[in-house]
Parts: sequence; structure tokens; C-alpha cells
Amino acid sequence: MKQFLVFVKKEFLHIWRDSRTLFILIWMPVVQIVLYGFALTNEVKNSKIAILDESQDEATTVIIDRIDASRYFQVIKHLHSYKEIEATFRQGKVRMVIVFPQGFRNDLLHTHHAQIQLIADATDPNTANTLTNYASSIINDYQETLDRDLKLPYRINAQVRMLYNPELKGAYNFVPGVMALVLMLVCAMMTSMAIVREKEMGTMEVILVSPLKPFRIIIAKTIPYLLVSMLNIASILLLSVYALDVPIAGNLSLLLGESILFTITSLSIGILISNSVKTQQAAMFTSMMSLFLPTLLFSGFLFPVENMPIALQIISNIVPAKWYYIIVKQVMIKGLGIQYVWKETLILVGMTAGLLAISIRNFKIRLE
Amino acid sequence: MRSLKFLLQKELRQITRDPSIFRILFIMPMIQLLILPLAADYEIKNINLGVVDQDHSEYSRKLVNKIISSGYFRLRDYSSSFPHALHSIEQDKTDLILEIPAHFERDLVQDNEATLFVAVNAINGVKAGLGGAYIQGIIKDYNQVVRTQWIQYPKFNPQATIEVTSSDWYNPNMNYRVFMVPGILVMLVTMIGSSFAASNIVREKEMGTIEQINVTPIKKYEFILGKLIPFWMLAITVLTVGLIIARLVYSIIPLGHYLTIYIFASIYLLAVLGLGLLLSTYAQTQQQSMLVSFFITMIFNLLSGLYTPIESMPEWAQWITKFNPVSYFIEVMRMVMLKGSGLSDIKYHILAVIGFAVFFNGWAVLNYKKRSI
Repeated sequence: MKQFLVFVKKEFLHIWRDSRTLFILIWMPVVQIVLYGFALTNEVKNSKIAILDESQDEATTVIIDRIDASRYFQVIKHLHSYKEIEATFRQGKVRMVIVFPQGFRNDLLHTHHAQIQLIADATDPNTANTLTNYASSIINDYQETLDRDLKLPYRINAQVRMLYNPELKGAYNFVPGVMALVLMLVCAMMTSMAIVREKEMGTMEVILVSPLKPFRIIIAKTIPYLLVSMLNIASILLLSVYALDVPIAGNLSLLLGESILFTITSLSIGILISNSVKTQQAAMFTSMMSLFLPTLLFSGFLFPVENMPIALQIISNIVPAKWYYIIVKQVMIKGLGIQYVWKETLILVGMTAGLLAISIRNFKIRLE
Repeated sequence: MRSLKFLLQKELRQITRDPSIFRILFIMPMIQLLILPLAADYEIKNINLGVVDQDHSEYSRKLVNKIISSGYFRLRDYSSSFPHALHSIEQDKTDLILEIPAHFERDLVQDNEATLFVAVNAINGVKAGLGGAYIQGIIKDYNQVVRTQWIQYPKFNPQATIEVTSSDWYNPNMNYRVFMVPGILVMLVTMIGSSFAASNIVREKEMGTIEQINVTPIKKYEFILGKLIPFWMLAITVLTVGLIIARLVYSIIPLGHYLTIYIFASIYLLAVLGLGLLLSTYAQTQQQSMLVSFFITMIFNLLSGLYTPIESMPEWAQWITKFNPVSYFIEVMRMVMLKGSGLSDIKYHILAVIGFAVFFNGWAVLNYKKRSI
């Protein structure tokens, strides 16, 4: 036991004395939370648009003012001919052009029918869709003020209620995702690199001839990273509660327990990777390509899994982060208890046991 | 100049004789480019719908049918009461509940007004917002259908209507892949280029081979160039492979010129590799340099406009994007490939990356010291 503790201490000093690495390990989750929480949103606001107004009358001026005043749009350019539209889009600034044909107000007052054309830069389809929707609804509002006296019969009202996240904040979705991402990164990537480093530097030889069992050497390697990731979970949770106003609706100890479970899963993946590569570069790239990106993609926090082709949906099931993400979402955001997440928990436990068994069996005691 | 030639020879041999580098450089990006765009699809469809129909009338059935046939929703749950339906939201079986209260049809016909209740699981705000908007749109359409059944509209429409037509340029099929593939390619080229460059000089430090270089008459700038050029060539190759995949697999044929992309990419890569080398001159261990470069490229990638539009970001984040080479390349890629922009449209972007390239490489040359401390 004493030997073991000496080893743990050695590993600690490795991290502790590398102040740059430590700095990043501790600040990484903070920066991620701040970026995801404040900077990254799919919400459309202040989109730059251009106007091609060929009638320039009272009605078009009112509509343009309304659009400009809304928080979604910002009119930055007035065009004078149809030809300019293409050039404006090509310079890449403008997201949408609104075209009013000649005699707009006249048509509206006399034939009761006028036209507006919205031309969206659909290179980004979702933004284009959203902008078109917003602009149409502003125009609709204007139209309704014209028809105020006409009350339409047979009206169906739809009352929409947003559960769990009434303000539709992105943070509710991102916080669980960032937790999965950071834990995966710190544990798997850093552990695999730390072990491979000993191989690369030749110090593995020294360790292997020590009286400590190989199994314990590995455990000693992982303990400091386990503690760093606990620290990261704490900072993520504190930030999300106090800075992002995402409350922890469920049981805190359940959440922490699940996080420790996932940390152990990630650590065992790190050990597995370190067994199969020889250089730190390879360890880093293998972790990045086989863990970081799949976590980003398949956990479901950036892209909806249910839209993916069936083959990818099946693949997503072997990504441990997906299950952890589901658990955190259920426990932290929805406030549900263990009876709702026992299946996911069992899957994680199974994966961890399997990974640990494989990686310990494959750990080479002999140098090649 | 002769010594530069030898340096290049050394670096290229080092790269070509390491099979794992080849694997990482070519096979992985290819897999990424084949899988990522399939997964990176923001389009919201297949929303799981739960229905609580307490009216059991012809109208309620028609409404539900209309919603399902819209293609956005899948009926997953049909429960008798709201608490039951809520339970299925809690278990993530459904995303959205439509509750049709009792006497819906009667209220609508007799009182001229009836109310429906919709509850959306809003943890994913974007999905909830769009789902709510879709269902409201469908209900509105349905409302119009009911109305025309009951009212004979006069021939001359008393209601002033503004017809809004919309057209989607550059991507009329609203294909998300067309948007994502160029951006993902930029991300891959950047990650590979910068992390290889970042770990390279440190590797020599860690292995001790830098001592051998330091005692040769190689000049500082020659050393940096000797490191820069091979990785530059590798990254350009990765870009080429990526463009070929984009063309063959996703049939994305750039509207602009490939030449424009290459001109921009060659300057951009100098900047990104320069940043990697700069980090490399500071770091002491590979773990350190890779972690730092990973950290920086992660911030660059997140704030690049690849995942979320830049103009939605708060002011301070938009300022950061101005100092982020990745955001320039992603914008240029999308402009050239999808909109056919030419060199004159991207002249400011080019100037910006030239600035980055000079800055990072200059700093790297200054910071590389041949004397060991």
C-alpha cells in the first residue's frame, strides 16, 4: 500500500510541476462553459439584411421600419436594382434581401393583394429558414393591423408551453454535453498520453522492474486525473448554477456518482488507447479522432441523433458519452431519480467493466 | 539555401518513414469527412409526438392526421390523460404533447373559438422552438381549412392580404451537407496542421535531437522554414483529398475557382502552422504543446461560425472571431464553394491571414533559441 501511495505521489508531481498543463486542465472546462453558455447560440439575432424597395411608399417604409426595429434584423444596405442582389450576397455580409415590387401600397389598397419577395442566402439552411419565418411573421403582424376590424370566426387558439426550459436557453442542452466532453478529454486523452510518455522516454522500463504490480501502476497513473476531473465537475456545476442559471433539479449525489462512473469509463478507455500506440502523437490523435469527435457528434448535444442515418444511430450506442449525456440530462435538468436512469447506468457499468478487463489483460509487462 | 534542402529531406523522411503518421494524416480525415457530414445535420424532423385526445371527434382526428402527414412529426404515444403523456416526455419517448380538450369540436362550432394545448420538451431550445413553430403553423393551416368549410368567402376578398414568397438562393434544396462539408474540411485541415506543427519541435526537444541541430550552422529561419514546408505540403494534400471527396461523394462542385481556394489556403496554412510552431518553441513536453494547441484550436473552432452563426454571438465573442484565422477560412470556403465569390470578394480575408502568417511565423523565429538554457 505504501509503495502504491508513493507511485500516486509521483504521478501527482508530474502534473503539479507542469504548470502549463495544469493551468489548461483546470481552465478548459471554464472556458468551454463560458463559450457554450454565452457565445454559441443558434438563436438568430441582428442578422444583416438588404432591402430592394422599388415602390418606396408609406406602406413599405412602415414595414421596413418594423423589420429593422425587431431584434432579428438589421438593415445595412439599400439596393437599387435586381442585379445588385447577386453581388451583395457574394461579398458575404448580407443574409437576406427583401424585395418590394413597384406600386406596393397601391396594390394593397385597391386590389387587396400585394406581394413581397424574400430572398434568403440558404447556404446555411436553418438560418435561412428561421429568417424567412421571422420576416413573414412581422409582415403578417402588419397585415393584421390593417384588418383589425375584421374578426375572423372559428378561431383555434394554440397555447404552447415550453417545459423545463421556458426561455429556450441553449445552456440547458450544452451543460450536460460539456461535462461529457471535458471528462472524456481530461481522462482519456491525458491518461493515454501520460502512460505512452513513459514508454517514449524509456522510463517505463524503470517502472516495470519495480516491485509494484502492473495493475497498480496503471491505477496509480489514473488517480491524479480522476481527482482533476472531480475538480472539473465541481467547477462546471458551480458555473452552470451561478453564471448560467441552470439549476440542478435532481439529486446532487446521484449526479456526482454517475459522473464518477463516467470518469472511470473514460480512464479505462485512456488505458486501452495507451496499450495500442507507441508515441504520444499517435495517442493524442487516436484519442481525438476516436473519442473527442464522436463525443461531440454522437452524444446528441450538438446534433440531434434521431436525424442521423440508421447506421450512425446504431454506432452512437457504443459511444459511452451518449449514455452519460442522457443521464445528466435526466437527473440534472429534469430532476428525475435513479428509477429513470438505471438502464443507462447499467450500460455504463457494463462498458466500464469490459474496457477495464480488456485493457488490464492487454497491458504489456515486457518491453518489446 | 543548401542547408534548407537537407533539412527538408530530413523532415520528409521522418514523415514518410512513420506509418502511424500516414494513417493519422490520411485515413482518419477521410473517415471523418465521410461520417461527420452525415451526422452534422441540424435539420429538425422526426419530432416524436404524443397526443392526448379527450374530444374523440371528427375534427380532432383530422387535426392529428394533418399533423402526422406533415412529415415533421411521428406519432409515438396516444394517452388518455396529460399526466400519462408527461410521463412519456420524462422518459424521452416523446418531445411534444398535443392536448385536445373535451368538447373541442363543440366549442369551435358553437362558441366560434376553441383552445388546444401544446407542451414541448424544451431542453434542446432550438428543437423546441422549431417544433413549436411547426405545430402552430399546421394548426393555423387547419384553422383555415375549417373556416372555408363554414364560410362562403365573398368573391371579392375584403381582407387585405400580403403574399410573401420566399426563395432560397445557393442551396434551394436546403441541403445541410452543402453547408457543413466545406466547414468540416477547414476544421480537419486546421486541426491536423496545427497539432502536428505544435508537437514537432517539442519532439526534438524531448528526444534530445534538437541539440544536434543547434550545433550545426543552420540559421534560425531556415530551421523554422524546414519545419514549415513539409507540414504545409501535407496539409495541402489533405485539403486536396478532402476537396476530391466533397466532389465525388457529396457532389459539391465549387461555383468559384479551385484556384481561389488554393491561393487562400496556402496563405492560411502558413498562419496556422506558424501558430503551431510558435507554441512548439514555448512548450517543454509534447503533452503540454498538444494540450495547448488543442485548447486553442478548440476555441478557434467553436468561435469560427462552423456550428453557430457568428452574428448571433455577443459583441465580445464577435471581436474574438476577428482574431481567429479559422473563421476567415470557413467564410471564404463557403463563399467560394457555394456562392462563387472571386478573389476581389475576399481581398480583406486574404489581407487578414497574411497578417496572421507574418505575425505568428515572425514570433516563432524570434522565440526559437539555439542556445539551450
